[in-house]
Amino acid sequence: MPDTAAYLMLSATLFAVGLVGVIVRRNMITVLMCIELMLNAVNINLVAFSYRLASLEGQVFTIFVICIAAGEAAVGLAIIIQLYRLRNTVNVDEVRTLHG
Amino acid sequence: MDGLTGNIPLLVFMVIGTIAVASSILVVAMRNPVHSALFLLLTFLCVAVLFVIKAAEFVAAVQVLVYAGGVMVLFLFVVMLINYRHLPEERVTSPVWLGGIGVGAAVFILMVALVRPGVYHDQVADPVKKLTTVRQFRMEPHATKPNVVRKIWTNQENRNAEAVGMALYTDYLVPFEVASLFLLVAMIGAIVIGKRELSAEEEEATPNFILERAEVEKEVKEAVSA
Repeated sequence: MPDTAAYLMLSATLFAVGLVGVIVRRNMITVLMCIELMLNAVNINLVAFSYRLASLEGQVFTIFVICIAAGEAAVGLAIIIQLYRLRNTVNVDEVRTLHG
Repeated sequence: MDGLTGNIPLLVFMVIGTIAVASSILVVAMRNPVHSALFLLLTFLCVAVLFVIKAAEFVAAVQVLVYAGGVMVLFLFVVMLINYRHLPEERVTSPVWLGGIGVGAAVFILMVALVRPGVYHDQVADPVKKLTTVRQFRMEPHATKPNVVRKIWTNQENRNAEAVGMALYTDYLVPFEVASLFLLVAMIGAIVIGKRELSAEEEEATPNFILERAEVEKEVKEAVSA
């Protein structure tokens, strides 16, 4: 049985890859995908600790995280579609009306 | 034989974990968003397998349904709706990509440094049993006394979904309802934000507009004939 430490390492890897994607990629859709990747890495941690503590709390919170991720994806993609209609671009660097 | 069956989860973890990490790197590395989305799908499915190893069958099923089924379809829809093509010479990475990789590596090293192998012993002898057992009672009439019922408690095993459901509908009922409200708000928000303003000629093609015009024409005809 893989132990909790192995799961934490895997989750850290997925989280770091997702973080690199969020910073490096310019396509907004890919950035949103990388955010989903990071949330999934968090879920791995929750499930691993739920097993270690033999408590269902971790799994319940995983379901809440999945729920939040689904809502975030829906609203984020709607914003991206509207932005594409308005500006004809999905490039993060070109959308700087707020000077972010 | 016992050692082999004991090591099968570890073997599965190694293989599936490697695939998950490789495909997650490809999500970031692919130029085409459709390829990214498909590799993300592969990552989600691998993570679902990892959930099953840790006795979270229900969460794995939710992962496949919601992520692989719902969110990925949404992503693919949007990618194809937008139909944004990168030109061959166009950069898909930010000018600060080296800094981004540096930050990612730093966070990775920090998190791995926090993991202490050997510390995380399972706190219960058989966590699988604890995570998949539901305690239930049934009522039975008393053997000798009439009009008396007894509660008989039994442990039902191999019921992870039921155990999670019990936790969700008892201890976490209020957060569960808040989550459902959140999903409703997110759905309405997505529809309102994503809705397209119709142009004048498209407005003329909508069913409501056609019906209204037909009514107006009818009224005009009646007025003329009268």
